Amino acid sequence: MEILCLGLSYRTAPVELRERFAIGDAQLGEVTLRLARVAELGEAVIVSTCNRVELYVAAPEAGAGAEALEGFFVGLGAAGGGAPQEGVGEHLYRMTGAPALRHLFRVASGLESMVLGETEILGQVKKAYQGAQLAGATGRHLNKLFQRAFNVAKEVRTNTNITRGSVSVGSVAVELAEKIFGRLTDCRVMILGAGETSELTAGALKARGVGSIFVANRSYERAAQLAEAMGGRAIHFDAWTEEIRSVDILIGSTAAPHHVLTADKLAPVMRTRVDRPLFCIDLAVPRDIDPRVNDLEGVYLYDIDSLQAIAERSMSVRRQDLALCEQMIERHVREFGAWLEEKPRGVRGALPTGGGAPEAAQS
Amino acid sequence: MDRLLLIASTFCFLLGFAYTMFTLGAGRYRPSRWSLGVVGLGFLLQTGFLYLRGEALGRCPLTNLFEVLTFLSWSMVLFYVLIGPAYRLSLMGAFTSPLAFLIQTVALLIPGADHPPVLSTVHNPWLEMHAAFSVMAYGAFALACVAGGMYLAQERQLKTHQLHSMFFQLPPIRDLGVTNARLMLAGFGLLSVGLVAGFVMGNLEAHMVKIFWSCAVWLLYGVVLAAVFRHSLSGRRVAWLSVGAFGVVVGTLWSLKFISQPAPL
Repeated sequence: MEILCLGLSYRTAPVELRERFAIGDAQLGEVTLRLARVAELGEAVIVSTCNRVELYVAAPEAGAGAEALEGFFVGLGAAGGGAPQEGVGEHLYRMTGAPALRHLFRVASGLESMVLGETEILGQVKKAYQGAQLAGATGRHLNKLFQRAFNVAKEVRTNTNITRGSVSVGSVAVELAEKIFGRLTDCRVMILGAGETSELTAGALKARGVGSIFVANRSYERAAQLAEAMGGRAIHFDAWTEEIRSVDILIGSTAAPHHVLTADKLAPVMRTRVDRPLFCIDLAVPRDIDPRVNDLEGVYLYDIDSLQAIAERSMSVRRQDLALCEQMIERHVREFGAWLEEKPRGVRGALPTGGGAPEAAQS
Repeated sequence: MDRLLLIASTFCFLLGFAYTMFTLGAGRYRPSRWSLGVVGLGFLLQTGFLYLRGEALGRCPLTNLFEVLTFLSWSMVLFYVLIGPAYRLSLMGAFTSPLAFLIQTVALLIPGADHPPVLSTVHNPWLEMHAAFSVMAYGAFALACVAGGMYLAQERQLKTHQLHSMFFQLPPIRDLGVTNARLMLAGFGLLSVGLVAGFVMGNLEAHMVKIFWSCAVWLLYGVVLAAVFRHSLSGRRVAWLSVGAFGVVVGTLWSLKFISQPAPL
């Protein structure tokens, strides 16, 4: 049996093309079963996310299987958009045998993701596999392959730094908040100013369960709008200095040309809450919060540059471990390849590769 | 035979310590079942040692400096095992293992530390209770010191924005502050019981220095705890105090040879 993979991703195809091939959750099981029932193929799993559409199949014969697979894929595009299918081939990558195994293991481990090491993809691959299994489209080979892929992803995540740290300003802020407060459910957040970045950051904090959100803005209407969107409460801008006494996380993003919060203003407040930390996130340029507040006990101040620097360091740490991840994956590719070789009906052969094959798959 | 158990236990803590240092150095520390297992095995071997020694002596094995140090190490690991899973403080094992290793190595290497005790023929359970509870209290204080050290390490990284690999393994500083206070409270409670038992056992004149030091330590932690529960000290200061107060305790460790002196009753 041969393992084949054919697909396109953000690396090889623009979104206009990807969306034509995307398959919704509701149809995924049925389409996968249809693919598995193609005469030249045997088992199938389809991974369809916003960044990639990939077909994994186990076929008795590589050449015929590849041809049938590509025909099926092109048919998907015709059903999805109806636009001419010419030129699609150059956006596709086609892999068979070890490169296909390697590619799946890399995808599951987050090495093929837009944000290196992101973990959401593993859940998406699991969902795709479970859907295919439920539809009866998988068999012995793909069951074993996908279980192996999940084990590889777990091993890579556990033994390397590929998921270490956060790589965006919002997620860094959330991670820092969790390292200060632990659970965020009893934390109170105050947003000063109603900028887009502060909204995103507050949204990330809310997604992690922060207790309550206050919004103070010079325009009360805008504050009320944002508060409503965040499920929080708007307060008048003049009142924020009073409210800060009970706040755990302060996000500054006003357009003020000077420091809105100074160390002299905050020092007396902190004396009334000595054992309660205050996490200040200054997203404004020019900065809203005087850097000297970081010298006050219990205050942790991060501005946009320091958050970005942490995000970049995390990404660099992830990249450093890339080679280690590859080694782990390579070992599993060899082991799984050896298992496949033991099959009596194994037929090896190379598929013709299109121009769009991703570098990683060719390495 | 019992010393062999202690040597094996010390080796377990050395392994736990080495594993943590190696993985932290490589920036890939993960609290693993393996590291917890090594600490757990070390704890069982310690317990075995104390059991055999207690059986041989016919009383709580706190009759010389060697046994006191071992009992102190055992108390510390006991608290780690008890609080570790509850507060997700797996990395405390990283800090507990070296301390346990150090204390037991010192106990094993100090010449004459394991001298045969001069025991009173009269068995005084209050004396044993006093000794056991006091040493367990010091175990709790030792772990509070560890939590305080972790708090300070975490705080420094947060303040300077220099986040090392350890940052991601250390628990949130608010949890560390709470754990620190709880451990000090547990130690304070145990020390209080130990002190009461000490007063009940009588013959106070013979132990005036020890009583003075025990009361001083009790008072020190009492003041720190009062400040903590009145919310009048920052987490950072509490952490420094828990480290400093345990430094005072270590400085007075010589006074812990509770049962080694005859207790004429």
